[in-house]
Amino acid sequence: MKMAGARIVLECLKRQGVDLIFGLPGGAVLPIYDALYDFEGLRHILVRQEAAAGHAAEGYARTSGRVGVCLVTSGPAATNLVTALQDAMMDSIPIVAFTGQVPTHLIGNDAFQEADNVGITRPCTKHNFLVKDGKDLGPIIREAFHIASTGRPGPVHVDLPKDVLVKEWDLVWPAQVHMRSYNPNYDGHPGQIKRAAKLLARAKKPVLYVGGGVISADASAELRELAEMAQIPLTQTLMGLGSFPMEHPLSLDMLGMHGSYYANMAVHHSDVLVAVGARFDDRVTGRVDAFAPHAEIIHIDIDPSSISKNIKVDVPIVGDCRRVLVKLVEALREELREEPAPAIREGRRQWAAQIAEWKRDFPFRYEWSDDVVKPQHVVQEISNATGGEAFIVTGVGQHQMWAAQYYKFKHPRMWCTSGGLGTMGYGLPTAMGVQAANPGKLVINIDGDGSFQMNSQELATCFTEGLPVKTVIINNSGHGMVRQWQRIIYKERYCAIDLPGVPDWVRLAEAYGCVGLRVTKPSEVVPAIEKMISTPAPVVLDVCVDKDECVFPMVPAGGANTDMILEPPTREVRDKAAKSQTGF
Amino acid sequence: MQNGNEPRKHTIAVLVENKFGVLSRVAGLFSARGYNIESMSVGETLDPSISRMTLVVRGDEFVIEQATKQLHKLIDVIKVTDLTDESHVERELVLIRVNAEPSNRAEILRTADIFRARVVDVTPVSFVLEATGDEGKLEALIELLRPMGIQELVRTGKVAIARGPKTRVRRVEAPRKPRVADDPRVVGFAD
Ligand SMILES: Cc1cc2nc3c(=O)[nH]c(=O)nc-3n(C[C@H](O)[C@H](O)[C@H](O)COP(=O)(O)OP(=O)(O)OC[C@H]3O[C@@H](n4cnc5c(N)ncnc54)[C@H](O)[C@@H]3O)c2cc1C
Ligand SMILES: Cc1ncc(C[n+]2csc(CCOP(=O)(O)OP(=O)(O)O)c2C)c(N)n1
Ligand SMILES: [Mg+2]
Repeated sequence: MKMAGARIVLECLKRQGVDLIFGLPGGAVLPIYDALYDFEGLRHILVRQEAAAGHAAEGYARTSGRVGVCLVTSGPAATNLVTALQDAMMDSIPIVAFTGQVPTHLIGNDAFQEADNVGITRPCTKHNFLVKDGKDLGPIIREAFHIASTGRPGPVHVDLPKDVLVKEWDLVWPAQVHMRSYNPNYDGHPGQIKRAAKLLARAKKPVLYVGGGVISADASAELRELAEMAQIPLTQTLMGLGSFPMEHPLSLDMLGMHGSYYANMAVHHSDVLVAVGARFDDRVTGRVDAFAPHAEIIHIDIDPSSISKNIKVDVPIVGDCRRVLVKLVEALREELREEPAPAIREGRRQWAAQIAEWKRDFPFRYEWSDDVVKPQHVVQEISNATGGEAFIVTGVGQHQMWAAQYYKFKHPRMWCTSGGLGTMGYGLPTAMGVQAANPGKLVINIDGDGSFQMNSQELATCFTEGLPVKTVIINNSGHGMVRQWQRIIYKERYCAIDLPGVPDWVRLAEAYGCVGLRVTKPSEVVPAIEKMISTPAPVVLDVCVDKDECVFPMVPAGGANTDMILEPPTREVRDKAAKSQTGF
Repeated sequence: MQNGNEPRKHTIAVLVENKFGVLSRVAGLFSARGYNIESMSVGETLDPSISRMTLVVRGDEFVIEQATKQLHKLIDVIKVTDLTDESHVERELVLIRVNAEPSNRAEILRTADIFRARVVDVTPVSFVLEATGDEGKLEALIELLRPMGIQELVRTGKVAIARGPKTRVRRVEAPRKPRVADDPRVVGFAD
């Protein structure tokens, strides 16, 4: 049966199991919106700016484990979407983005609202397609979802010229996807897994360093089995948070630039480091030649190009971390059948004692004040109030780091943050997508006053679509993270960081039909959080915090992780920083 | 990344889906990562749905290893082979328009003969020569013709094929250094 290309697109989405799309219409995609008018079984959420559609799709994808979908028109809409595509690219989030395009015969003509969409999105997607022929619609959409969700996940973009959407075609829906050029490798090499098990069995100071790949692979249970069986202390990257419960005795919390003292020390002194679904980002490694200098490194990753990219590894294992962890647990159990040598047992005992000492002596800490709200305290209270059971989303900046440090994550897929790209404005739209994917659940967007302003228009979407996202603005009247760098590295030459006074967040929230709350004193924090949680509507809770607060520990860019500073630096340290090009 | 080896030229054969945009995906990959392509040539293979690219890229082992992996990561790339340390034949074709005054016509023809270059166009004042060969030979020819006055020169870029009876695809070996990937799968070939 022939049908319009636009209808084919919707039929394909349905067959693909999509029930929700985020979008914003315009000329080139009007045929799709026309087909949507009486199409059953597909919810459309109308956002206020296209990047928000992309971020919402990311939030949907990360928390549901399914592919997020967004749909926008040609030209300016497609270019608005680019930030979200690159964001998903950097953080390996599976989304499929559809854009409209001018009719095929006008492509290249500088037609109205024309942009070279696929040219623009090529470097910021895992793959992209321009559909020039309607009979390819089904196969391309099938492949798009397949590519987005398999191997190392990522964004895929499909560009749809208007004439392809208008003309009638036969719906072609391949039973299976077969691509000779794309076959991700899921099973790790057995020989390498065995080597890894042997190394671990005789390690005296092992550490697990786990990242976003564990979340993508849904490998938390397997990870926990490995950690507990071999009693290996475990640290998580920003993207990996939630893959292992923070309150577990083996947890070392986050590592890296703003990671815990004990995680960075443990990694530095480890003799065997197992990286699972983590990519040795420079925010994690600090100066690469000083990263885990004594360790033999095992790296489990599905993407061969992640391996030995920044840090050379000893035992590379290309594969899906869930499958590899299952095998690794088996192999290690085999190795551990024999009682470890006394020297190893003693080494492990000392290692555990050393880590306990670091944890005891250098926890995350801040100074309490009775007068001014400390931002860390706000996150702690959110953590207490929710028992680690809320979905947490953030903007980018200091508040993001405090959320990572002080929220006690319990479960995977309940944390969304922009790690790789560091996209301010990510918070609210992503939280919207999370809320849409998890109706009835508590979704809290811990945002910055700067970041929130980059997409606050989405309060309108929250209101009209019935998405009761709770936003807590950690309001330090400025670009706190930038201020922190200017304070520590640029000799307090503060420049372009103040965001004083406006807008009035409470009135802004109310103007959008949402509930606005404000807190200025420490004693008001807990009641306000409780009120926010018990309010059924979308809420903006404006918490005015101490703007002098800095995120510590901090590894200055270019420094080794052991150079981390734990409190505002002395003059001597600052002078040293000012002299070097990278900060230290 | 700790640089292990001296940069050198690598000849890399890449089989790709013969689809819209593939060329810019490959070119874009190199420019986005700051790698230099010295030459690139593309053509259909026996199977018209597959094209073969020959890339000449300069880099140390780590750059080449990462470039190879990134190439393979492109969805439309079917196979990547580094021919550099494999026994292989490399050829390039050059067309040269050279001044041909009565005084040097004979010498040009003699030079062409030595290099087995062919004259493919003749006018009273110029020749167009066609020559194929490896890089060294073509460079030598060009140097000899330069004093006569080369007006225009066009090169195809290198093409290369492995020697021997069968099509062999050498998997890219990781550099021999401590702490180095030695799992052949690290390159992750599709087949
Ligand atoms: C202001 C700011 C500060 C930051 N500070 C820190 C910090 O202190 N500490 C920190 O950790 N980060 C920090 N980051 C984040 C940092 O930039 C990186 O985004 C993050 O470290 C990357 O996390 P990851 O290594 O887990 O990799 P991800 O980006 O999550 O990548 C996942 C890896 O897993 C692999 N993978 C995917 N799926 C699978 C699978 N099924 N099986 C196996 N492997 C798979 C992928 O190939 C990839 O290599 C900060 C970001 C910002 C914006
Ligand atoms: C789109 C974008 N622009 C600029 C930056 C650089 N940047 C990083 S953090 C930051 C300040 C963020 O301010 P705010 O959201 O208030 O968070 P705070 O650090 O104050 O908690 C800036 C400007 C960025 N990450 N993203
Ligand atoms: Mg701020």
